[in-house]
Amino acid sequence: MTSEQATVTATSRRSRRLPPEVNILLVLIGIALVFEILGWIFAGQSFLINAQRLRIIILQVSVIGIIAVGVTQVIITGGVDLSSGSVVGMTAMIAASFAQSSTWARPVYPGLTDLPFIIPIVIGLGVGLLAGIINGWLIAQTKIPPFIATLGMMVSARGIAKWYTKGSPISGLTDEFNFIGTSIWPVVVFLLVALIFHIALRYTRYGKFTYAIGANAQAARVSGINIERHLIKVYAIAGLLAGLAGIVTAARAQTAQSGMGVTYELDAIAAAVIGGTSLTGGIGRITGTVIGAIILGVMISGFTFLRVDAYYQEIIKGIIIVAAVVIDVYRQKKRKV
Amino acid sequence: MTLSPSTMAAVRASGAVPQAEYLLNVENVRKEFPGVLALDGVQFRLKRGTVHALMGENGAGKSTLMKILAGIYIPDQGEVYLKGLPIRLKSPLDALENGIAMIHQELNLMPFMTVAENIWIRREPKNAFGFVDHGKMYDMTAELFQRLNIKLDPDSQVRDLSVANRQMVEIAKAVSYESDVLIMDEPTSALTEREVEHLFAIIRDLRSQGIGIVYITHKMNELFEIADEFSVFRDGRYIGTHASTDVTRDDIIKMMVGREITQMFPKETVPIGDVVLSVKDLSLKNVFYDISFDVRAGEILGIAGLVGSGRSNVAETIFGVTPATTGTIAINGKEVKVTTPNQAIGLGMAFLTEDRKDTGCLLILDILENMQIAVLQDRFTKFGFVQEKQITAVCQKMSETLRVKTPNLEEKIENLSGGNQQKVLIGRWLLTNPKILILDEPTRGIDVGAKAEIHRLVTQLARQGVAVIMISSEMPEVLGMSDRVMVMHEGRVTGFLDRADATQVKVMELASK
Repeated sequence: MTSEQATVTATSRRSRRLPPEVNILLVLIGIALVFEILGWIFAGQSFLINAQRLRIIILQVSVIGIIAVGVTQVIITGGVDLSSGSVVGMTAMIAASFAQSSTWARPVYPGLTDLPFIIPIVIGLGVGLLAGIINGWLIAQTKIPPFIATLGMMVSARGIAKWYTKGSPISGLTDEFNFIGTSIWPVVVFLLVALIFHIALRYTRYGKFTYAIGANAQAARVSGINIERHLIKVYAIAGLLAGLAGIVTAARAQTAQSGMGVTYELDAIAAAVIGGTSLTGGIGRITGTVIGAIILGVMISGFTFLRVDAYYQEIIKGIIIVAAVVIDVYRQKKRKV
Repeated sequence: MTLSPSTMAAVRASGAVPQAEYLLNVENVRKEFPGVLALDGVQFRLKRGTVHALMGENGAGKSTLMKILAGIYIPDQGEVYLKGLPIRLKSPLDALENGIAMIHQELNLMPFMTVAENIWIRREPKNAFGFVDHGKMYDMTAELFQRLNIKLDPDSQVRDLSVANRQMVEIAKAVSYESDVLIMDEPTSALTEREVEHLFAIIRDLRSQGIGIVYITHKMNELFEIADEFSVFRDGRYIGTHASTDVTRDDIIKMMVGREITQMFPKETVPIGDVVLSVKDLSLKNVFYDISFDVRAGEILGIAGLVGSGRSNVAETIFGVTPATTGTIAINGKEVKVTTPNQAIGLGMAFLTEDRKDTGCLLILDILENMQIAVLQDRFTKFGFVQEKQITAVCQKMSETLRVKTPNLEEKIENLSGGNQQKVLIGRWLLTNPKILILDEPTRGIDVGAKAEIHRLVTQLARQGVAVIMISSEMPEVLGMSDRVMVMHEGRVTGFLDRADATQVKVMELASK
């Protein structure tokens, strides 16, 4: 009896294992150090000790990071969102059209200039949210694969962005609107978003259900989770965050162009996957995604710093994304054995 | 000494195979899976030119034996002799090349290829340029079909064929390997009466050519129509072999179920209360029809029937997984609408599903996450935030009550044994304080100790007034635990047996009508 009792007790909480993010953080530090060393060898200067560069890195990371927080949640449910880059372009255009200053010669809506900055923001968020709801509804109700549903949105949203002004950019935005894109405000927005959804995933019912659906949708359904409704929520959040990223992008550039956000969806997916989110669903954390996004940003900045040709940069980026997924598959396999 | 499959294949090709008494001969085979002893010292002898049926309840070990013969499983112990020569088959291909072909219950044909391509796959005749010689392949197939009296166009696509015709293609494919042994697993389950006649004609023809056929069926009348001999298995053990002319149907049923029911089930008689769940004329189109029954507080209603009788489907429909086409469900006398599991849970139902891996466990998540998921729907949250402290304490207590063997709740459920996984899932449902508990195969694939614990727990829940529905393929479990047994066959209820009247023979009779 004693041996059984010994094994039965589940009281002793083993000391918490190191969170998986530690590994990714080490990778980030490693990469940064490699650039530091290469910097001294090839460029004769420090890579890291350069406030200007670090600022650019975190600013660049912010927009992708905001999107990646939403995409991570989608991937945890076992889905994918290819539409976020196009939604960035679409919301940037639509939000900007309501943020124009009356001093600009030819605004999109001449009667609607100098509006309070909150209006373009609300409109932009609303457009992103709507795109996300449509994605989620298609996936939940028609049961088409997320890949296809969001691919459709990707093409259509980009189309809307171009059609909106027949291709011409929207400039002359109010200073209040542009303020969101100045200084380190994009970073603040990003970190706030990351914090909110880190808490949501870890400590709320929404989070528990998101993981449960990704781990085993059938079991989640039998356990009483309304999968359809929950998926719509998750995709809606992803859309909302893509919309937010669109607003920040336009504010940073102080103009909106229909081509904004091209391939951002891939960078966001890459950030999530590099950060340890599993494409098979059920696994992933916002902290990992944040580090994943920073890794991407550091690599881009590092290559530029070392004057690596932009073409090579893209080639290398592609390899890194594939490598991250290979590592994920390998991890899955190891887990199963 | 054991011959390797390739040596054996070479011997076979040279024609130097001795005329052994048995085509296939299995001696003292043992096969164990984690927690389950599937076969224990089993023997099986197949004579040339006979149809030999394997009989036994679900879980008796028939399919394990069959898979050993077909090279899918490798036995832990024991010998397999092919025509008197010892052999160790390592893969289905090994078996095929040594003249043992198996026709699976779920057919393994490629739907978008032609009949001829399916039959000769991997062995296509080639022309001088190394391309597939379709003309020759067509002729070979036509010749084969003529021999078997199958009327099919070798050029038709498999996806256009009926299930029966696909079965014929599978048989032709097996014969094309010049197999000496043909294994058929429930070949008639999807066939009409006329198609069955045709199949039997082919089987008789093959038999007259000296081929040995291993035949698995649940249908008694087929046994007497087609089988020459049969071997009975029970609980992974060999019971005996008889000629089908020597025995009656009742003899066979007795051999299949004939164990003394030991009092290993802690059944208590508890006061039975009012009707809690009342199901009337429930039907799910093409799956089951006009199911009506009541379950009372404190009562355990067993549902027995063969696999495929619709037992699990009824449970799924009551729980809203697959909403009913017609019929009503009433709880405490009030008619309710259940179209999602969510509603069912809200009405006080809980459903432990049959397939732990597919519809039960969130395998990559930990015990806590698995256990809390159903109850979080309407308890232990505040403004959407999970009350971690409370829920962890409750799960901790549940895990101790159920004696889940784990160091802590942060252990991934996939690392637990089947029995412990099942306990976690039961815990998931108990947290919701169900009034109606539906258990589908609650002890499948788990060890004896955990089994007894689960039985004790179910008894205890009944004592507390929970209405329990228990589906099980294990006859002793159904008989030992139930107050009443409802027996199903092919989507219909064939009878109710009270605890006092319920015997294995009676249940089997109702289940295999």
